[in-house]
Parts: sequence; structure tokens; C-alpha cells
Amino acid sequence: MYEFLKTLDRRWVFLLMFLAVATPILLKVTFPEKPSAMVMDVFNAIENLPEGSKVLMAWDFDPASRGELEPMASAFTRHCAEKKLKMYYMALWPLAVPMIQDSIRILEREYPHLEYGKDYMNLGYKPGNEGVIKVVITNIRKLYTTDHYGTGVETIPMMNGVTSVQAMDLIVNVSAGDPGTKQWVQYVATPFKKRMVAGATGVQAPQLYPYIPEQLIGLLGAIKAAAEYEQAVINGYPHLAKIATAKEGLRRMGPQLVGHVLIVLLIILANVIYFIGRRRGDSR
Amino acid sequence: MNNRANAIWAIIFVVAAIFLGWRIATGNFGRVYVKSQQVTVNADDGSVAASWETHTKVPPRDHQEEGVSLSIPRTIGLWAGAILTLCIFSFLYGDNPFYKTAESIVVGASAAYLMVIGFWTQIIPNLIGNIVPDWTRTWATPGLDPEAKADYVYLLPLMLSIMLLWRLAPVGGWISRWPLAFFIGATAGFRLIGFMEADFVAQIRATIIPIWVKDAAGGVDIWASIGALTMIVGVISCLIYFFFSLEHKGVVGKTARLGIWFLMVTFGAGFGYTVMGRIALLSQRLEFLFYEWLWLDSPTADAVSGTASLIMPALGG
Amino acid sequence: MKRTAPLLIAATVGFIIIVSTFIPYTESWGEDSMIWFDILAAVAFVLGGGNLLKMNLKKVSERRPGWAYSAIIIAAFLITLTVGLLKVGTHPNEVFWNKPWSGDYIGEGSALWWIYEYLIYPLTSTMFAMLAFYIASAAFRAFRAKNMEASLLLGTAFIVLLGRTYAAIILTGWLPELAHDAEPSFFGQLWNGLRLEKLTETIMGVFNLAGSRAINIGIALGIASTSLKVLLGIDRSYLGTGED
Repeated sequence: MYEFLKTLDRRWVFLLMFLAVATPILLKVTFPEKPSAMVMDVFNAIENLPEGSKVLMAWDFDPASRGELEPMASAFTRHCAEKKLKMYYMALWPLAVPMIQDSIRILEREYPHLEYGKDYMNLGYKPGNEGVIKVVITNIRKLYTTDHYGTGVETIPMMNGVTSVQAMDLIVNVSAGDPGTKQWVQYVATPFKKRMVAGATGVQAPQLYPYIPEQLIGLLGAIKAAAEYEQAVINGYPHLAKIATAKEGLRRMGPQLVGHVLIVLLIILANVIYFIGRRRGDSR
Repeated sequence: MNNRANAIWAIIFVVAAIFLGWRIATGNFGRVYVKSQQVTVNADDGSVAASWETHTKVPPRDHQEEGVSLSIPRTIGLWAGAILTLCIFSFLYGDNPFYKTAESIVVGASAAYLMVIGFWTQIIPNLIGNIVPDWTRTWATPGLDPEAKADYVYLLPLMLSIMLLWRLAPVGGWISRWPLAFFIGATAGFRLIGFMEADFVAQIRATIIPIWVKDAAGGVDIWASIGALTMIVGVISCLIYFFFSLEHKGVVGKTARLGIWFLMVTFGAGFGYTVMGRIALLSQRLEFLFYEWLWLDSPTADAVSGTASLIMPALGG
Repeated sequence: MKRTAPLLIAATVGFIIIVSTFIPYTESWGEDSMIWFDILAAVAFVLGGGNLLKMNLKKVSERRPGWAYSAIIIAAFLITLTVGLLKVGTHPNEVFWNKPWSGDYIGEGSALWWIYEYLIYPLTSTMFAMLAFYIASAAFRAFRAKNMEASLLLGTAFIVLLGRTYAAIILTGWLPELAHDAEPSFFGQLWNGLRLEKLTETIMGVFNLAGSRAINIGIALGIASTSLKVLLGIDRSYLGTGED
């Protein structure tokens, strides 16, 4: 057994990981979530805004991190829609436009009373990474002459009086890396003292903790926080519990548990093999 | 791998193939249904000026509703997406032509996608649209401000753009250094300010906090105070570890070692979060294969009607 | 001309952007510079695509090993480029219905949307999803508690991995939670803090914060010195070797 495990082909590990994730998905294993203090900080930052407040929805992620971040983006969208906030979507990632379209589809489907141009709008993507932030923070119209669909911004009612991102009451950023939360903190939240909340991937989240709470009100880190935030929104607006897509993050916590436990067991097993080998005098 | 292992793998693949064959032979799956909607634009005199059909994806269970039909292009797309997903996963067993083909498709398509998006979102509205706004309005972006006048200063970025593309030419590579210098200079300029303000000054300011943290009643919150002190000690010890102008001996060495410990905890946390992220991505891909392609009882199939309560009864869902 | 002009351009643009941050009168100079920067970023996509095409065409014409894959790259590239630039399958903007090119370049149902939805999206997301398998394999092969540092890393990873799932409740849910209305006692906070989900919060909010903050400060100093070197013309590595 020791020899088998010592020289275990990695494909067996792959198979175990596949089973660990696939089985809970097929069995629809889910667990209850209780929003943490950090998630409630994010929730309250939106919840405490008065109706009609302007919120910049900066979606900076692409399909590669959609599994992790789409639940956050959808929950942010639903929360803002429930609060009747004005949503301005924009993106710094070239593949993020369809992510915005997904959020807008939620608004069209679940909130048909909200009107494009009055309650929400899609500014779309502009190349330039943080170069775009540097322009829109002082003059949005110089760069965004039209919205994503080609309509002149001066003809869009909710752009009245909006000359720069400084007009926003809150920045909501969902980010998979650079450009993303770090750049919004560096060029908007810190120098212009703008209130900001963010959702980030697991890879990025630990690096963003130093910005909390002075530069960033709160952070949703990875799928666990997405699930907790979904639960917080459902707690606040219970009718959302009937919508299956409003619980995407909560659904993913089943495979998450089994996957994490598998990794922990693999590390323990590897160390047991290591220490047995060391006692036997094996070199690896 | 030994023969026994190979036999087990062969059995696994055969079982997977049989399952897929069974789904193909018996099950309704891998189809995309859409709902058609007629868009009509009326002219000023009320007559129909233009009309076209738009299609929105609907859950398969709604396929018998009025106006819903099978979408052949999207069904082909769904199968292409599923097969390409399996092609990528095949790399787990070893490098193979299926993986390389899928990889080549994504490289070519992504590069062109970026070009297209750069063209329609920046080059046309912000470069050409500033130099010849009237012409741009006549075809590409009619929504441009009708009062916008030609701004010939934008001939300079046009010139820099051409110089940048000169890099593709066989001679005169140095020409592209000018726009490159613009790029590098601008990056250096805004990063210098951004990092110093948000990642240096603000971080130091956020570290200078009271060690004695008071609770709501005005007394000392012991645990919060310990947390604050630990954080301050952690930042200082890590910085000392990064400081190589002093030899890491004696007190400095011991503090630097403490800094390493803090960094190890940081990296451990980073590893835990990274695992979390990767598993979430895998879940999403498997959900695509199981639910969208194979139709293995999707929990979100009822999303549109909003009547689903397939999961999480514990949450009141 | 070949080397001095780029140095001057880099320094001028960089300092304009710095100055525009502090002097309101020069704010528009900074904005214009950044718009030019954004335009060049879009043109860089064209450069990238052109370079990819050039390299792969060369590989195909020279019939180098793997040229067939280069042919696939070229085909995928040209098809995507054509349907994207020509806006194949898009509908015009409803307001500007008489301008056929006015539509959304990636509107649902268009050819570029199809390529994104059914090729780019599944392929890129699956590539990243595969990392779940490799991270499991790496955890099994590389993580050994050989010394204090490695043990700290492993211990933290364990706590975070378990603390960020329902495993935390299963394993340490029996430890008392803090009552909302009561004044938390020293030991009450201690027991509550030992719950895995709370331990994870402490690790992230104290230890990870300290380490990440120190890293951030270090990076900021590094970026500042590199930027100054570029602006002052000390770092000229971006100019290349100067052979052309």
C-alpha cells in the first residue's frame, strides 16, 4: 500500500477530484449559510443607500472566473434592483461585456418595470485598463461618447448630471484580477474618497484585505462569500428564494465542501507517506 | 502505469462512453430552444420602417409554448461547446491532438475577438469619431453627439497608432518605440501616484492604529487589542524581512524570522482561497456538462418562471 | 532620434500625468493623455492579432512541426475577425434603424456572440477549471510539513479550507457562539474565536492582512522606484538593444 501511494499516478488524484465535485452536483447537496460580518458590511453598504442613488457596477471578469464571480454579480444586480438604485454597468475586461449582458438579462426578466436608460444602463467596455479609470474619474463623457449599444450618452436620461464617476454614490466592483478592485481602489476610492464594495476571486481576495475598511468598505472573497451574500439578499428580500438562479453560489457550496475535504485528506495522506518514508530512510 | 491501472481506466472510459451513447439513443438532451420576438420600428408617418426577429433562449421545459422553437445554430453551438470542453479536459490524461485543436481554436478566436472589440469600442468612436465625426455618424456610431466637431489633435494618436503597427513591418522596428515610450511613460506616471497613495501612504496610515481597542462600554477589548497588536507586529516584522540592507542577525534576524512566519500564514491563506476558487470554476463547468448539455435535472431549469424550489429547503428556498 | 525622442516622450507624458493629478488647471491634459493611452491600448490588440497571424502564417508556409495547429489558429482568427468586423448577424440600433452598422457588435444571436458563447467561453473557462485537478495533485505531491514554515503554511491552509465550508459547522459548531445581546466575556470570545469560521476570519483579518500589507508596501516602493527610473531616463530597457 505504501509503495502504491508513494508512486501514485496523478490521474487517480484527478479522478478523485472529479468525483468529489461531480457527486454533490448530481446529488444537489447544499448547506445553509450564515452571512459573516464582512458580507453584512457589503450588504449594508447597498442596503443603506436611498432609493435612486447612483451605483457604478464595474464588472471586471471574464468566462475564466464566471463560476466564482457570476453569483456575486447577479446578487449585486438583484440587490440594487430591489433597492431601486440607478445602475451604471461598465467593464475593463474585453470579455466582460457578456457578463454585463447576463446581469441586464436578469433585470429584463425579473424586474420588467425597470427601464433601460432610466434605471440602468450599459456603458460597455473600453480598452486601456486603468487608463480608462483615470479618464472616467474626472470626465466620463470624453471617453464614453455612447453607451454599449451606440446611443449617445447625452440622450440617456440617467446620464443627466453625470459628468464623471465622482457622481456615483457607491462603486460596486466584481473583479477577477488586474485591472479590477486594486485599480478602482488606487485611482478612485483612495484619492476621491469614494465608497466602494467589491467581490473578488479566491486568488485575489487575500491581497485586498489591507484596503478594508478605510479604502474598501467590504469584500466578498470567493464563492463562499458569494453564497453568504446571496443568503443575505434572500434574507432581506425573501421572494428571491423562489428564483433558482438567485442561489447559484449557495448551490456551489456542496461540491466546495467535498472538494476542500478531499484536498485536506490528500495533504494529510501525503504527509503520512512522507513521515513513514522518512522513518524508513526512503528519499523522495 | 501498470496493466491493472490501464484496465481500470479503460473501464472508466467505456462506462462514460456507454452512458453518453445511452443518453444519445434515449434521452432528449443537448438542444437549445428560443423564443422569437418581432421588433418593429415605425417611421415618422406611422408606417413600418423596419422589422426583424430577435431570439431569446428559454428553458427546455418551455419548448411547447407558443413562439418557442428549436434553434439549430445554438444547438450546434451547445454541442461544439460541450465537445470542446471535453477536448480540454482530455489533457488531464495526457497531451493529445484533441486538446491541441481546442487550444488552437481559442488562441485564434480570442486574438481576433480582442481586435474586433478594440475596433468597435475605441478605434471607431474615440479615434476616427474624433477626427471625422460627421463621417463616423453616417454609418458606424450615429449616436455620437451631433454637435461634436472634428478634433484634429487626434491625428497625433492616429500617427502613434500607425507607428505602433509598424512593428509588424520587416524594417524600421525602431519606429514603434515612440508609441511604446508613450505607453511606458504614461504607465509610469499614473502608477507612481496610484501606488504611492493607495499602497504606501494609505497602508502606513491604516497600520498606525491604537493598540488599546475600546469596546462599546468604554472598557478595553482584550481580543481586539491583541489582534491590533499582532497586525502591527506582523507588518513591521514582514517589512524587516524584506529589508536586505541590514544583515538578518540578532534581533533583526529574529524579527525577520517572525516576518517569514507571518508570510507563511499569508501564503497558506492564499492557497486555501485559491483552492476554493478553482473548485468553484470546476463546479461551473461540470454543471454546464450535466445540466445544460446532458439535461441531468437542472436545478435552474425553472429559473425563468421563478417557481423552482428544487434546492435548499433548509434555507426556505 | 531613435533613442532620445522616446526618452523625451516617456518623460513628458509621465510628468504631465503626475502634474495633472495635483494641478486642476492641467487636469484635461492628463485626461487627453490617458485617452490617447486607451486608443493605443486598442491598437495594441490589432498589433497582437497581426503578430499572431504573421507568426502562424510563417509556420504554415515553412511546414514546421505542428503547422496544422497553426492553420487552425489562422482559420479561427480570420473567421472571428471577419464576422466581428462585418457585424454578421447583428440588428441595427432601434433608434438608428436605417444604419445597418449601428447595432451591438456582440448582440445575442450575432455570429461573434455565437463564437464567444460556444467557443471562447467554454474553452477559456474549462482551461481555468482544470487547475482544480492540478492543485489537488500539487497538494498531494508537494505539501510536506518539513519545517516550521511549511507547517504554518499547511496549518493555515487546513483552517481556511475547512473554515470556508460547512465543515466548520460540522467540526466546531458545538463551540458556543457569542450572544448578540450579552456583553461578551473574555472566555466567551475565546471559545467563539476557536470556531473554524471565526479562526479563518482572524487569519484573514489579522495575519493575512499584515503579510499582504507588507507585500503591498514593498510593491509600492518597487513600482515607485521603477517608475522614477523610467521617467528620468535611467531605465531604458524598453528601448531594446538599439541594434535596429
